[in-house]
Amino acid sequence: MSKFQKKGKAEMPELNTSSLPDLIFSILFFFMIVTSMREVELKVEFKVPSGTELEKLERKSLVSNIYIGKPTKDFRAKLGTQSRIQLNDKFADPSHIREFVQAERESLAERDKPFMKMSLKIDKETQMGIITDVKMELREAMALSIVYSATQR
Amino acid sequence: MGKRKVPGLNASSTADISFILLIFFLVTTSMDTDRGLAVRLPNPPEENQQDPPKIRERNSMIVNVNMNNQIMVTIAKEPREIQVSELRELAKEFIANPEDKADLPEKVAVELPAPFGVQMITKNHVISLQTDRATSYDTYFQVENELYGAYNDLRDELARKTFGRPYRECTEDEQLACRQYYKCVISEAEPRKYNQ
Repeated sequence: MSKFQKKGKAEMPELNTSSLPDLIFSILFFFMIVTSMREVELKVEFKVPSGTELEKLERKSLVSNIYIGKPTKDFRAKLGTQSRIQLNDKFADPSHIREFVQAERESLAERDKPFMKMSLKIDKETQMGIITDVKMELREAMALSIVYSATQR
Repeated sequence: MGKRKVPGLNASSTADISFILLIFFLVTTSMDTDRGLAVRLPNPPEENQQDPPKIRERNSMIVNVNMNNQIMVTIAKEPREIQVSELRELAKEFIANPEDKADLPEKVAVELPAPFGVQMITKNHVISLQTDRATSYDTYFQVENELYGAYNDLRDELARKTFGRPYRECTEDEQLACRQYYKCVISEAEPRKYNQ
């Protein structure tokens, strides 16, 4: 009987936290690897439509973004609520697209150039007129592979 | 000289430091994978463009979306107004023409890669999508989604029938064969302004 009796008060053993930094570091490295910092500041608001026939965009380095939507609150006073195009950090006209495509194409390695993709992030409410102008310019610039960005339904 | 004892580095704050870094990356990270509907645009129009070859009426399906986002489909000269949800079935019937109807696209014998061989397919069909400058992008996108969905459904059915597994589990060659069986032909006309 007395063999199993506890002697005195049992003390709570202290938790060994010496491996905690390693643990946190490994999570940290995971996030550092998967993270991709947003490289542009968005000046237009957009809510992409939802669809069912979507494909995942692989190799983000091949993808250039074109944003179309209403200007954000800060710019409304100046620009109104008409849909605008944003390329990189600036508002742009359809006529700037060719230049933009050229610049994006130059930034790619030679063997990646044919695989360049344009991701169009367009607000649901936008009218087709501006989008058609953009598509026409993309055709002229020979950026024929495009993706309408959307969320899975 | 006796041995001097090196004091151990106090590492108890490394956890805190790495926590701060971790939280920073957690906040700035955007895990959202970009998804979208992949489309291939046609080559730019050429200067001395010849008239496009005439398409027989039975081979063309015209999808018209007007400025009020109403959808009208014209198959074999027969226009009717439909909802987006009906479009996929209509398009599938038009593309495949399973019953070989006289007012749906004609079937032509075409040499396809193995295991299909020579098959009768609706090679000359064209789906033409026309929009107005005031059509909303959402409606346009839903229409495109349904049209591409119709092709994907047909290819999936074909893959299941021929290879016994869904389209996306097939090998590259099998997928290519399915894609050639149901070749995607969606042409987009310049949008017009009907109210002008």
